[in-house]
Parts: sequence; C-alpha cells; structure tokens
Amino acid sequence: MRSRLDSLLDALLPVFATFAALGVGAIMLFILRVSPVEAYGALWEGAFGSTNAMAETLVKATPLLLVGLGICIAFRASVINIGGEGQMIIGGILATQIGLTFTDWPGWLVIFAAMVAGFLGGALWGGIPGFLKAYFRVNEILSTVMMNAIAVQVMNYMLRGPMIDPAQAEKASKIPQTARLLEAFRLPRWAPTRLHAGFLIAVVLAILVYILLWRTTLGYRIRAVGQNPHAARYGGIRVRRHIVTALLLSGAFAGLAGAIQVYGVNYRMITDGSASGFTGSAGFNGIVAALFGQLHPIGTIPASIFFGALLVGANKMQRVVQIPSALITALNGLVVIFVVSSEIWRRRRQRQRLSRDETDDAPPSIAENINTSKEEGSA
Amino acid sequence: MTENKLPSGHTRIDTLELRGITKRFPGVLANDNVNFEVRSGEVHALLGENGAGKSTLMKILYGLYDPSDGEVFLNGKKITIESPTDAINHGIGMIHQHFMLVETLTVAENVALGLPSSRGFLTDLDKVSQRILELAEIYGLKIDPDAYIWQLSVGQQQRVEIIKALYRGAALLILDEPTAVLTPQEVDEFFIIMRQMVADGHALIFISHKLHEIMDICDRVTVLRDGAKVGTKNVSDITKSELANWMVGREVIMTRDLDEINRGPSRLTLENLACDSDRGTPALRDVSLKIHSGEILGLAGISGNGQRELAEAITGLREVTKGKVILEDEDITHFAPGKITERMLSYIPEERMRDGMIKNFTIAENMVLREHHISPFAEKGFLMLKTIARHSDDLIDKFGVKTPSRETKAGSLSGGNIQKVVLAREISRKPRVIVAAQPTRGLDVGATEYVHAQLLEQRRDGTAILMISEDLDEIMAISDRIAVICEGEIMGIVPRYEATPEKLGLMMAGVVPEEN
Repeated sequence: MRSRLDSLLDALLPVFATFAALGVGAIMLFILRVSPVEAYGALWEGAFGSTNAMAETLVKATPLLLVGLGICIAFRASVINIGGEGQMIIGGILATQIGLTFTDWPGWLVIFAAMVAGFLGGALWGGIPGFLKAYFRVNEILSTVMMNAIAVQVMNYMLRGPMIDPAQAEKASKIPQTARLLEAFRLPRWAPTRLHAGFLIAVVLAILVYILLWRTTLGYRIRAVGQNPHAARYGGIRVRRHIVTALLLSGAFAGLAGAIQVYGVNYRMITDGSASGFTGSAGFNGIVAALFGQLHPIGTIPASIFFGALLVGANKMQRVVQIPSALITALNGLVVIFVVSSEIWRRRRQRQRLSRDETDDAPPSIAENINTSKEEGSA
Repeated sequence: MTENKLPSGHTRIDTLELRGITKRFPGVLANDNVNFEVRSGEVHALLGENGAGKSTLMKILYGLYDPSDGEVFLNGKKITIESPTDAINHGIGMIHQHFMLVETLTVAENVALGLPSSRGFLTDLDKVSQRILELAEIYGLKIDPDAYIWQLSVGQQQRVEIIKALYRGAALLILDEPTAVLTPQEVDEFFIIMRQMVADGHALIFISHKLHEIMDICDRVTVLRDGAKVGTKNVSDITKSELANWMVGREVIMTRDLDEINRGPSRLTLENLACDSDRGTPALRDVSLKIHSGEILGLAGISGNGQRELAEAITGLREVTKGKVILEDEDITHFAPGKITERMLSYIPEERMRDGMIKNFTIAENMVLREHHISPFAEKGFLMLKTIARHSDDLIDKFGVKTPSRETKAGSLSGGNIQKVVLAREISRKPRVIVAAQPTRGLDVGATEYVHAQLLEQRRDGTAILMISEDLDEIMAISDRIAVICEGEIMGIVPRYEATPEKLGLMMAGVVPEEN
C-alpha cells in the first residue's frame, strides 16, 4: 500500500529531476564562463517575466500540448509515433487550403472546417503507418519517420506550385508561401499578446483525451491493446483495428496542431524547405512533453508549458548572456535524461513497495523498455 | 572425481542454512524470523499456502530480494547473496514458477544468455549445444537445443530451465512448483531425474502444494504459514492429512463426491475439428466431442498434445482449418472471440497471466475485460465506472479475493487471487458453456478446493463445462466423463466410474482402449 508521502514524492520526482538537470546545466554554463544565476535569471525572465513573456510561453506550449496528447494515446497503445512533424504539416496544408478556398464563408465556419480538415489530414498521415503496422507488421517508427519526409516534399511542392501566393507567383523571387488568411479567419487573440484561442482548445482537448482514455470503451480498448494484446484479444477486442485507431487519433492531434499554428500564429504557410521551418520541431518536442507529463493528458499540460517556457526563455538567455544556442538544446536533452532516469527510480521504489509472491510489473511507464531491473537481469 | 564434486564437475553444497530471515514490505511481513536448512543429497519440501512467504524466502536465497534481517550460511561459512549472479556463483540455481525464457530465442541461445562466450565477441552456440546434449544425457532430459522456446510446450520449457541451471553449475536447485505444469507420466520422469540428482549429491528445495508429491519424493518438509515457520519434520514421520492440516491450520476435505445430475442436451458440439499449432503443423485432427448441460467433461492429456489449441479453437482465438464448433444450435466456427463471448461462452485460459488478465489494469478493470463494452458496464461508448466498481466489489466479496481494494493493480495479486479474479469474471456472467484450462494450476489446497466447488456449482446450475487439465487427480475428482487427448486426437471417452489412473495413463500415451 502506498503512503501519502510516497505518492507525493513520486509526483514531485520530475520536478527534482529538472532541478538536477539545471544543476548540471549550471556546470556547463560555468565552464563557458557565464554566471548560472544570471543565465537562469534571464531564462526565467524570458519565460515568465512579463505578461507578454508568459503569453509567448503558452503560444509555444500549444503545439507541444496538442502533439503530446496524440503521443499519450499512441504510447498507451504501445505504438510509437515519431511522425508528428509530418502529421502537423499535412494538417496545416489541408487547413490552409480550406481558408484559401472558401473565402466567402463566415469566419467561424471556416475556422471550424479548417480545424476538422487539419484533424483529418493528421489522421490520414498517422493512419497509414497504423494500417501498415497492424496488417503488414511494418515498424511504425520507420514508417512514421518516412511519412515525415514525404510530408515535407508534399509541402514544398504545394507551396511552390498549386498553393503559392498569387502575388509571389508573379514575382521572380517566388518565395514558397501561401497567401495570407483573411482577417476574419484568424483564431481570436488576447491582444496585445500573441496568445490565441488555440491554447484554450488544446487544454479542453487534454481533458477530453483524459475522458477518452479512462472513461470510454474505446480508451479502455486502446489501453488494453497496449498493455497486453493477448488478453485484449481474449476480451473480444480487435487488436489490429485499435492499433490503427490509436495512430489515427495520434496523428489527428498533431494535424490539429498544424492547423492551429496556421490559424493562430502564422496566418499562412511558408516553407524554408525543412519540416521544422513550419513546425518548430513541435512534432518531436511534443513527444518529450508527453513523456515528461508521464504520458497522462492532464500531466502533459504543465509539461508542455514547461518546455514552452524553456524554449522561449532560452531565447532570452541566449541574448542576455551570449551563449551558443547548442547549449539550449543540450539543456533540453539533460532535462529529458534526468526525467526518464527518475522514472526508473520511481519504478524501483514501487517494486519494493509491492508485496509478496508473484509481483513484478509496475504501471505503464516511459522507462518500460529501458529499465533492466534486478529481476529481469537474472540469468 | 574427489569427494565433494558432482557429476557435472561442480562443487557440492553440503549444507545451506538460512538463519532468522525476516523480510518486510510496507504493510506486509512476508517472512518472519525464518530458519531453514537444506543438505546435500536431500529433497527438502517447502510447503505453505499462497502468500505464506515461500517464494519470498526463495527469492531472498536467490538474491532477488535483500532480506530485512537474517543471515545465510553455506557449508557453515557466512555468505551474502546480493544478486542472482552471486547465487549462481555459490552454486544455487532456481527454476521459477513463471519461466524466465526468451520466447524468440532457441534453447541453446537461452542457455547461453548472459554467459561469456569462449570465443569473445563471437557466439559459441555449437559448444553450448554440445554441453546441453551432454547434460541432457546425464540427467535424462530430452531436449532439442535448436528449437525455439515458443515452439515448446510448458513441460519442455521447464526442462530448458533445469538445463539452464545445471549448465551454470547449480549444486542446489530451488524448484518452485515444478510439477504444476507436468502430467503424471512427466512427473514420474521428473522424479526420476530428481532422485538421480539427489543421489549424485545435489541438494533440492521443492516447493509444491501437492501433498502426495511431497510424500513421494521429499525427505524433509518445512511448513510456512503467514510468513512464519511452523516447523520442519521428516516426511516419514507424518501423514498426508496431518501435513494438510498443518499447512492450512484447519481440517481440509480431501475428496469429494459428485452428486448425480441428469445430463441435459448437448450445449457444445465439436465436429471433426482441426487446427494448426503456432508452428503451422497440425495440432488437432478430427476432434469430435459433445459437452452436455450439467456435466463436466474432463480432458486429460500430456502437456502439448493439442489442449491449448483446442481451447483456443473453441473460443475463436485460433483459426479452425476444418470442422465445426456448434454452441447449442448455432455454428460459431469462424466467429471473432468477442462474438463468442457474447453468446455466453466463458473461458478460463491456461496462461492466465498472459491471456486472462491485464497486469497493469486494476482489478475492477479486469473484472469487466470480457464485457467492458456491454450494458450495464458501458452505455453509448462510455464506461459506467460506478456500475463497474459495484460489480467488482461484489465479486471481490463473493469470491473472497484478497486485495486492499478494487483499484489495486491485478498484477500485484498472488496466483490464487489472480485465478479468483478470472474465475469470478467468467462465472458471474452465468455462462452457457465454460472452457476451463488448467483451472487450478499453481493453486494451493484451499484455493483448489474453492475452484472445484465453484465449477461444481456451475455444473449444478446446468452449465456445460469442458475442463482441460494435466492433473489426473483433478480430472478424476470432478469430471463426469473423461476424454483423453494424444497428439491432437481423442483417444477415447470413459465415464468417471470406469476410469483408473492406469487406464487413462495408457490412453494419454496413445494406446486406444479395447472396445467392449
């Protein structure tokens, strides 16, 4: 049985781990002859120091949260979705096309249709690897990564060709971008900041995903398939179909993130030839946010804000103390390593708490595959 | 060969002693100041109900748990065992109740796993295979070093575990319910192996619930109850029923009379059923059986003769290649498992940890595994959590599942309680037909008694029950008729009152009884 103290300690572990990571980061800053106090001060300032800073943090957190929600669903089904980047792109393209096509529709309807289009586009891009995994045993890590590459080329083609801004088409420069969306089609903003309604949508969806996973039969099935496909099949659950569903939903949330990026932040699609030019790597960082949030949709909310803050604050830190941007990436990495490691520690503690004879596994965990416990390590 | 060497070339363990072992888990005292001693050349039984602390004690000896208190002495010298590697280096081997094998690797690869190769970075599997065959020869364990684990029956997998321990030079072997997975004939063979090992100077610790086996094979027995040692006695000084009472701490009913019940119409009919094994070879050929309302049809057979495939073919988990499965009047042959469940066919699977439950789900979630999508547990796609909670509390109470709460993860329950959860779920649906595969494997006397009583109550209510078991005692105790399967074929069906272990044993070995 778990005591209150144990539960509290478990919940706070990621926080301790983060501090530990920042501690190691401080050593790195020290080696670069930068005062860690000054640097972290700037980071905090940049992320939370003003209304505007906070708004920027939430703007950055929005796609992380949406992608992260999809990751929660996929990982619960034991499916790994590395295709968030591609799914965001396809979602973004379809959503943009809606706004460019139906210029005479009312704003609310276009926004709604665009969100749906983004959702479906992402679902398609996630569903294909899902289908391939379920029915042809194609490894989803490979296929989702490949789908990212395809999505980038689709984007580059569309923005240079069929979807190019008519104004750019006439110029010699031919910048690969679409026309701007009409003002009426933009997600409401909390002026004067850039914070848009997309963040609210994401938070509401986080609650809905929580309900989906733990209050519906579909969620039950997805989790059952992820935990034990044999028993799921015995329970009358169609395992393959639910693997497809999980990846489909996972992709859909990433696609929605793409749509919201366009309608809430950029108001057009523009490409620099890479995926991250559009996504800001949210398709990957969302995975980290979800893991940091213990693969729980509600936990992913603060986790996304945390990583959003790290991204925004790091910009400021870089400007103030003049350090290479690579250090920011390293700091991100440190946090991930420490959090994942603390997860292993948590599991070990849990194992010790579990009682008697035939006990061995603990709740689903991000460290599931990394953890070589004493027991499993035996000959 | 010197005095203290074993035939395998490793050093003998003359005595191994556990003194004052205490193991505390938060809220649980799993072992309370236990003393235990085992000597070279003896089989020492460790007896106790589920949760009595046997496995914990042995896991401490094998270095899987650190004791909270207490000491271990090997040949009179104090040693510390901090990991299984330490245990193995001291010559202690363990055969776990749940095998520790990698299914996708071969026998030789599993044996070699974790050991240094004689060729550095290259594998030396040919040498390993050679040594496996040598050991197999010495101890009479038939095994193909190149077979994949997933291709082997449970009984064969166990042999791999034994070979693995011997290969690593085990002088003392902890056998955690080794016979739970074997047929009578296999048990006899296994006992011969055990006797051989003991005669050669090995020390064996034998964990079992089966009292007659302890009487047969063991020299001394130590009984644990609620984590504490009750005592140690020479087996020759004690009777079977004394032993049972000693273990449980109360009187136990050892036999049971079946009351006559009029057999109803056929509920489950199998017509010329055939299917393949995982390897793609024919596993069932032409199986025809009728199971009637209000009867228990026992299916006896040696492990790996098509029992698992039969259960899976009936329940829709395995593709049927030929023939029909008919539930009452409906042909359900190629139905999906969920469809078959909905037609009130219940299935207690053999590998309940793998197939019957989800370890990381709560007990409440596991209680509705089969009906999570059906009213009253779900309405319009939403789980009715309150109904599910009430239902689980009911079943926990009614079936006496020992658990802190319904929100406890199923994986943290003991084997007997896990089986109670599965049983509760399958029986509480009021099924038309129950397929029960090895329903009491690994359960202690008390829990077995309970499972049998539940199945008999179902029988009284008119359910048709197919009970697949490798335990002849169980088959003979509660079946109305007994069918025997060998190499995927039914060798014959005998009424219980005509069945003897000898007769069934012959049929299990593939000898068709004479017509008369």
